[in-house]
Amino acid sequence: MLIDWFTVAAQVVNFLILMWLLKRFLYQPVLDAIDAREERLVKQMQAAQDAQSAAAAERNKYERLNTELAQQQAGLLAQATAEVEATRLQLLEAARNETANLRSQWQDALLKEQQNLTQGIANRTRQEVFAITRKTLADLADTGLEARMVAVFISRLQTLGMAEKVQLSPPAGQTDCQVLIRSAFLLPPNEQKALGQAVRNLLPIQPTIHFELEPDLLSGIELISNGHKLEWSIAEYLAALEASIGELIRTALNPSPQPLSLKGRGAEENDPPVPPRPLRERGLGGEGVFDHV
Amino acid sequence: MHLSSDDLVFWEYGWVKLNLTIITTWLLMVVMGGGSWLLTRKLSNAIHIPRWQHVLEVVVLGIKSQIEEVGLAQSRRYLPFIGTLFLFVVVANLAAIIPGYEPPTGSLSTSTALAICVFIAVPLFGIREIGVLGYLKSYLHPTPVMLPFNIVSEISRTLALAIRLFGNIMSGGMIIAILLTITPFFFPVVMHALHLLTGMVQAYIFSILATVYIAAATRGEGA
Repeated sequence: MLIDWFTVAAQVVNFLILMWLLKRFLYQPVLDAIDAREERLVKQMQAAQDAQSAAAAERNKYERLNTELAQQQAGLLAQATAEVEATRLQLLEAARNETANLRSQWQDALLKEQQNLTQGIANRTRQEVFAITRKTLADLADTGLEARMVAVFISRLQTLGMAEKVQLSPPAGQTDCQVLIRSAFLLPPNEQKALGQAVRNLLPIQPTIHFELEPDLLSGIELISNGHKLEWSIAEYLAALEASIGELIRTALNPSPQPLSLKGRGAEENDPPVPPRPLRERGLGGEGVFDHV
Repeated sequence: MHLSSDDLVFWEYGWVKLNLTIITTWLLMVVMGGGSWLLTRKLSNAIHIPRWQHVLEVVVLGIKSQIEEVGLAQSRRYLPFIGTLFLFVVVANLAAIIPGYEPPTGSLSTSTALAICVFIAVPLFGIREIGVLGYLKSYLHPTPVMLPFNIVSEISRTLALAIRLFGNIMSGGMIIAILLTITPFFFPVVMHALHLLTGMVQAYIFSILATVYIAAATRGEGA
């Protein structure tokens, strides 16, 4: 018989034993090792994903910080640019104001210096003119300048118009009249006496006459009565002279370029300004000025 | 010439005897159990594992995936039984490459023992999954008329398992033995290689049929 039942039973037992052996030493250890490795891989994958997520979060954080930093930098740069521009404009305005002040001060100083120079030239000119005149009169006419001036002034008083006489006279009913005669030079007694007599002849009442020495009168004579002043000096000439000298100085200090003109003599707009008339052209004759005080 | 390795008895006392089938089976058990113990002593659960461990894992996971492909989702529950069936038959058949070796699977007693194991295991797994009533109802599937046919089918398929494995392995051994006496050089080698392939195929067929029977029983679909 092909089947031995004892062998069958023994093989069944053998199979069951082999099954237990393989389960104990093969299947279970191998499956446990696989499970442990899979668990470890899962943990490592999870850790890697966590690290990747953390890295992504860090990257996003630093990108956001970089963006904010760039914005802050741009803002600060714009603010600094605006502040620099404002400061520049402020400094420019201050420099402009400073320049204007300096220019104004310089112009004032220049004007003052010009005035001083003009005044000095006028004074020197006056002194020279009077010295020349005085010497010329003394040498050629045997007379003094002051005497001639007093004589001429008396002559002018005698030829005053009626209206001027009324203005110099005190109001009707007033018994007192103060007359002040100021001169740039000390009047000799004879001239004072002659001048006083001329004034008394001019006024209807007997005035009280005072003589004063006033060097600023430019060798002239002033008569002040009833609030009116009658001046007889060369101040007008000297003023013209000062104006001419001042214009000359201004022209020398501020030369205005004259463009070349191809026009003929008819181009009047390009003609140079007419210089002030020289003193000698006006003559040496005195000129009376009647003014209210 | 022995038709079966059962006939070569080394020791006998009454009805108890130690024949070549049992001795060879014990040797295979020692080799398989001892080898498993040696190989799985130092298993590594690191990322990088030794190549021999890869081989073990491929074998175990291959059997496990085959069980799952048949339809048994709880493959770990059936792995020891089906895996042992497959590995025992494979090792027993492949060992035929050793000269003088008589495969125990070439014994009808061994194949009958394995078939009886399947015959007992199928209702046990079925009852464990769907209960006694559920398993008994599977014999009425699809209609109660099919009850006798299902019972006959249960017995006949067990016989078929035993006879199929016995016939293939025994015939292979017989053909090789006959060819060795007729044309001792080339053809026996070819037939031996073919016999190894037949042994692998038979192991696969035996284990996969057992898996199909268990799967049918656990679903209550009858035999």
